Amino acid sequence: MGRQSSKTIMQLDRELVDYIDSTITAKVTEELNAIREQIAQTLAQCQKSPVQQLGNRATIVAFSGDMDKLIAAFIIATGAASIGMDVSVYVTFWALSALKKTTRFKGKPFTDMLTALMLPAGPNHLGTSKMNMLGAGQVFFNYVMKKKNMSSLAELIDLARQTGVRIIACQTAMEVMGITREELIDDLDFGGVATYLADACDSKITLFI
Amino acid sequence: MQEDMKNKMNVEVNADEYLDCRDMKCPLPIVKLSKAIKQMTAGQIIAVEASDPAFKSDVQAWVKTMGCELLEFVEGPVQVAVIRKP
Repeated sequence: MGRQSSKTIMQLDRELVDYIDSTITAKVTEELNAIREQIAQTLAQCQKSPVQQLGNRATIVAFSGDMDKLIAAFIIATGAASIGMDVSVYVTFWALSALKKTTRFKGKPFTDMLTALMLPAGPNHLGTSKMNMLGAGQVFFNYVMKKKNMSSLAELIDLARQTGVRIIACQTAMEVMGITREELIDDLDFGGVATYLADACDSKITLFI
Repeated sequence: MQEDMKNKMNVEVNADEYLDCRDMKCPLPIVKLSKAIKQMTAGQIIAVEASDPAFKSDVQAWVKTMGCELLEFVEGPVQVAVIRKP
């Protein structure tokens, strides 16, 4: 009798195990399906999101007035243009000196004359960020670069424009520095922060140099 | 002039265009190359000579982004890249 009862318990156990198994399987399948659906929805959303629709664009803000940093900025700009990207370089504050072709004093208010006097006269007069040594470094590096057949900043800016890089001078910074359009190289674009932001929103690469 | 260059090159290549980028420093070789390739028609082949040590890695990356095919690359003081326009 004892044997019989234990057998029933084992049988009962098996039924119970089967029941629990099937319940768990049903539950897990149900939840898995829900998760699968969620993943599919998120994937579809990701494919629709604007991140996927970025233009083939690079936007660089040139801020520094150091020759070495600007050389890096314009090398990246020409390089990006060479791989078929639309490139815009926004030139603001100290970097504006690199776009100067001449300095004018006539008709300027006193403060603008002061800045005109103190700012570098053009791309060939910019100091280096390190080892400038009151301008000796700049002369030294210009000499060394020429000797090693590297393009100077002025040549790089020229090359950038030939390869289709758009150069935009920041109008606000020009006013702060007292620089007029006549002092800058020809055929520049002029703009403000909204112009930059519109470009940057559509860019794969944005740099602030 | 193209024939002259062909004779000077240290590899035998049958290319439609030849580009001399010797003694040019970054980014000039890549700039000249993209300018040259714009004027070519699809399937044409260009051979470029360059001495810039960065040229190898640059041209490989350039080919990848532009979807061109690098048929041959010869190392040396003067490197030669043979590229087919897609």
